[in-house]
Amino acid sequence: MEETGGVKLLGFWVSPFAQRVKWALKLKGIQYEYTEEDIYNKSPLVSKLNPVYGKVPVLVHNGKPISESIIILEYIDEVWKQAPLLPQDPYERAQARFWAKFAEEKVRQSVWEAVCSSGEEKQKAVKSAVEAFEEFEKELKRRGTKFFGGETIGFVDIVAGCISYQLAVHEEVGSIKILDSSKFPAISEWIKNFLNHPLINEGLPQKDQMFAYFSKRSKEIASRKMSHKTA
Amino acid sequence: MAEEVKLFRTWSSGYALRIVWALKLKGIEYETIFEDLTNKSPSLLQYNPIHGKVPVLVHDGKPVCESLVILEYVDETWKHNPLLPQDPYEKSMARFWANFGDDKLMKSIWQLFIAREKDQDVAAVEALENLKLVEEQLKGKKFFHGETIGYLDLAFGWFADFVSILEEIMSLKLVDGERFPHLSSWIQHFMDAPVIRDCWPPRDKMIIKYQVMREKYLAAATPK
Repeated sequence: MEETGGVKLLGFWVSPFAQRVKWALKLKGIQYEYTEEDIYNKSPLVSKLNPVYGKVPVLVHNGKPISESIIILEYIDEVWKQAPLLPQDPYERAQARFWAKFAEEKVRQSVWEAVCSSGEEKQKAVKSAVEAFEEFEKELKRRGTKFFGGETIGFVDIVAGCISYQLAVHEEVGSIKILDSSKFPAISEWIKNFLNHPLINEGLPQKDQMFAYFSKRSKEIASRKMSHKTA
Repeated sequence: MAEEVKLFRTWSSGYALRIVWALKLKGIEYETIFEDLTNKSPSLLQYNPIHGKVPVLVHDGKPVCESLVILEYVDETWKHNPLLPQDPYEKSMARFWANFGDDKLMKSIWQLFIAREKDQDVAAVEALENLKLVEEQLKGKKFFHGETIGYLDLAFGWFADFVSILEEIMSLKLVDGERFPHLSSWIQHFMDAPVIRDCWPPRDKMIIKYQVMREKYLAAATPK
């Protein structure tokens, strides 16, 4: 990866965080060079570009690296003004940022925690996830639009979007059930609309590959937790 | 039409202080509502039904929650005395470090604060590593924002106060001038800045509050 102009993305095939950035770049029609990083065997490039966290995704624009997916999304939206992801109005922007944070911290994270835990901890995490979904469902219903941001895909849709193609896999891996379509009709409809968009559906990881990966990854995390407890 | 701005806060919340400072820096008049989080007002629960937390900024009846989100809202609504850098890359860096502060730094400082004596050395390692990273960010600058106080200074504001509280309660020096010259200097400048210094919660009350909290954690951690 040379230090030249242009847009480069360092990612990992199954990372929902990298996927957010890919979606944003595609929706804005931004050409970029993609480099796949094996997070189990990280190249020196990752620590060079993201010395604080050593993680992907990292967006490099004009030689300057930006990390943390939500921060990258904001950067992309500010630099490339076509197909805006965030609304223009400051209050609506604040609401979008609030819900994006909620989608990341309460929706996505609690599902993953439920997958990686067992027993009482797992039950607690599932309960948190369901509660988060209930709030998300309420807000989607209240807005009454096709996507969170309106008639087109926006900031919150992209941040929450990982559940559209990974939730079912997580539920299977973790032997949990969160998205009951009769209980969450608005979310179910939103997922359908989201995945219906050609740029969103294009190039998503295969279900069986995701299943294999998340099975392995969740077991690693679960055993790490156990060893911390018994240490 | 006169604007109506209200801020829901507690006497001690560092997150709420960010907004107090931001509104002061922008010269915005507002009404303060102090909350007791053990007995939340119906208004707070109405304006922040999901988290029920402070701060909440209510502008002409419309609530904004989450302190960093509120800071950006304040900056976008009242455009004078900008808090965030104009350049998108610099803005990203400010957001990145604010998140680092709230996420990694705060967690590691807290882990040190509640660590049992035998665990303190290990806890200190991570805290010090994170402090080193923040120290780097201040090189050549008076404030994170440059010559004046900005978003990232407000985001780290809790830290300026909490460090001295932790140091007093634990009788240790965490941010020493030799190892962290820039951070020490920033703390001094920030604590003394006219807009900042009149807003600090009473120190003796803070010491008691955190001492009690620490004792609770230490008691819970002690094997029976």
